[in-house]
Amino acid sequence: MSSIAKELANPDIKVPAEIEGNLIVTSIDKIYNWSRRNSLWPMLFGLACCAIEMICTAAARFDLSRFGMEVMRPSARQADLMIVSGTVTKKMVPQIVRLYNQMPEPKYVMAMGACASGGGPFKDGYNVVSGIDKFLPVDVYVPGCPPTPQALLHGLITLQKKIDSQSIRTVRWYQPGAEEPIPVPILGPDLIDPRHAGLLRQRAAEQAALVEQAALVAAPAVEPAATEPPAAG
Amino acid sequence: MATAELSNLKLKAEDVKLHEAFPDAVSVETRKGYSGYTVKPKHLVEVATALRDRYNFKFLSAATPVHYLEQGQMEMVYHLYNLDAGGGAIVLHAQTSHDAPVLPSLTPIFPGADFQEREAWDLYGIKFTGHPNLRRILMWEGFHGHPMRKDWKEAYFEQDSKPYDTRWPGGQVHRVEDKNPFGNNVAYPDGFTLEGWSEESDRTMYDAMPVDGKGLTTEGMQTDYVTVNLGPQHPSTHGVLRLIVTLDGETIVKLDPVMGYLHRNHEKIGERNTFIQNIPFTDRLDYLTPMCNNHGYVMAVEKLMGAKVPERAEYLRVIMDEFTRVASHLWWIGFFLNDLGAFFTPALYMMTEREMILDVFEATAGSRMMVNYMRFGGVSRDLPPGALETLKELAFERLPRKIDEIEAYLTDNEIVRSRCIGVAALSAADAIGYSVSGPILRAAGVPYDIRKAEPYGIYDRFDFNIALGQTGDLFDRYKVRVFEARESVKILQQALTQLPEGEILSGKQQYQARVPAGEAYGRIESPKGELGFYTVSNGKPNPYRYHVRAPSFINLTSLGKACEGWKVADVVAILGSIDIVLGEVDR
Repeated sequence: MSSIAKELANPDIKVPAEIEGNLIVTSIDKIYNWSRRNSLWPMLFGLACCAIEMICTAAARFDLSRFGMEVMRPSARQADLMIVSGTVTKKMVPQIVRLYNQMPEPKYVMAMGACASGGGPFKDGYNVVSGIDKFLPVDVYVPGCPPTPQALLHGLITLQKKIDSQSIRTVRWYQPGAEEPIPVPILGPDLIDPRHAGLLRQRAAEQAALVEQAALVAAPAVEPAATEPPAAG
Repeated sequence: MATAELSNLKLKAEDVKLHEAFPDAVSVETRKGYSGYTVKPKHLVEVATALRDRYNFKFLSAATPVHYLEQGQMEMVYHLYNLDAGGGAIVLHAQTSHDAPVLPSLTPIFPGADFQEREAWDLYGIKFTGHPNLRRILMWEGFHGHPMRKDWKEAYFEQDSKPYDTRWPGGQVHRVEDKNPFGNNVAYPDGFTLEGWSEESDRTMYDAMPVDGKGLTTEGMQTDYVTVNLGPQHPSTHGVLRLIVTLDGETIVKLDPVMGYLHRNHEKIGERNTFIQNIPFTDRLDYLTPMCNNHGYVMAVEKLMGAKVPERAEYLRVIMDEFTRVASHLWWIGFFLNDLGAFFTPALYMMTEREMILDVFEATAGSRMMVNYMRFGGVSRDLPPGALETLKELAFERLPRKIDEIEAYLTDNEIVRSRCIGVAALSAADAIGYSVSGPILRAAGVPYDIRKAEPYGIYDRFDFNIALGQTGDLFDRYKVRVFEARESVKILQQALTQLPEGEILSGKQQYQARVPAGEAYGRIESPKGELGFYTVSNGKPNPYRYHVRAPSFINLTSLGKACEGWKVADVVAILGSIDIVLGEVDR
């Protein structure tokens, strides 16, 4: 029996000796996860320094294809793993969210490196989003600046373990009510998350109220000032 | 372009007496620690034209804005070089009020100032009269304010300079997200709501493109122009660059690079950091050449400090720089072949060699890519045991053999030759005009290499040649880089043989650098071109101004011109030949 068959076969069910090796009895979860975990197609998409290490991971020395993840696709439609490899800037994040929305389910997101995980060394920059998890659901975070190829491989193997643990009955993409696309951020005077529209309105109202209040407080102070010149005259 | 007077061809910066030639317009800079001249803004164009035409200072290397908040002034600093004479720069300062800063544009006479002036408008709000296309370049249209001004505060602002007092009071981590009502790094103008507001960011960009379909008429058929986008997510843009291209059939009518998708505010963060905290940040500029970035920055600060570098440290710097150059050029060759269509196989060979070099970097500095290796007055760590033997084996045996192998496979390859020879030739005059530097400038036939023209460190001790192309086409750029890799190996062989024993850092290791007030511009020949760091210190622990003259960014100025009239498929190759790294383009 091959090692794959051994991995998949259900040890509780005995297969008659004469057809052993030709027949595997397994659960649908097991075979579904097994096929997905061994053919992860990452999107060919790099943002910053981490992308260089991602390329090195795909190259001869570290060889991503040992784990069945080497088929990098430049089109979001053909990918099922988005490796956010680098600093996410405000100017770029609308495109990243759009690409994520274009990926078909099942899809996973990996935040590679400090910047994608939480802003990293550039966190306080005015054009930097402090972590892609502000917008996308992240499955695996890979620490490092940049993570070494080994760390990225570890992250991908961790993702495989996560896939192994999923059940077809509970996964997001088979739940009733299909997943809504994530609203694409807008480039306004600063980056606008459409989900914050209510909060923005509320703050504007609060500020307007404050201005009104200040005007009310200031109004009595203006009156004596206005009456002063006639008094002097 | 008028030719300079013959006697002025080899004029050095210190021999030009600008204040005597223009007594009304120019005065010698008198601020302590500053050099060069102050020019009255209304005479700026006149003085710059004279420098270009009469004194042969044709190369406008850097145009840097500085905001002096206390003086209420906005200043532009220009560095001009005479490429025939070599040596230092003529530095011009032009000042204007910071309330509504206006200066004359130098773009009409130095096209290389184009992107740099747009950056100054974007980040500082300086209006340049006479600039043909003054739009934002790194941020988007509609962004509120000009973020590099000293009076502009980012959403996560805590204090003007690090280390921040609020970090870990009593061991408690404070997350800036928790203090921001939106949980992210955003701040809006007062009273802003989504109602009554409309997005405008891309309209101005498309407006600048030609729309009139009066293009090629073939056999009586009139064609229409089509404007398309390449990027920002595209596998051949080397990162997150976007090109807006107007096409007539398959021919490029106009091409406009759009950048800023990786603008991570290097300079703003750099001005909050202390001097020494900036060293690891420079690694992340051009992340393929971190050693060179370190070197350029520490050199600029060492100029201000007057620090001496021990002999062994100088050698180690050269060794690291040149290995970086070989690694960077090999990487470029691999990915240039990618751009030509030989997908990934050549790149795999190049990366194998690069890994060898990275291993030594990791053993020495502790990290493969982000080395954080150099310090003011030396380097941080000595070579570990056994590293010297590995380096010698690389420099004497492996790399020369591999470069021969590359040449054997690629240089006479039919496809490489037919895709490259004669494509997008950039003339020497154009290259200088666009302030292009590095291998592209040399491919255009200008023998200018900072290691020879204004030797820094100990580069004057080594015997090496400058690569030189003839036509400036893609093939010349390829040949120049192969040749340079060979010359780097030659320098490495000399440096590794001569490497003396001794200390690697002058003085003792310090957490804080004492930097006297003044300005300094340190530049090195990075594998991409002239990498310069302009720093202004006011005597405090953090730099008052920290600017990077990024070669990839300025070399991109020539892309639009180089692509005109070529086909869509060539654009990818032409872009690849410039060798951009987006971390440096956008900073």
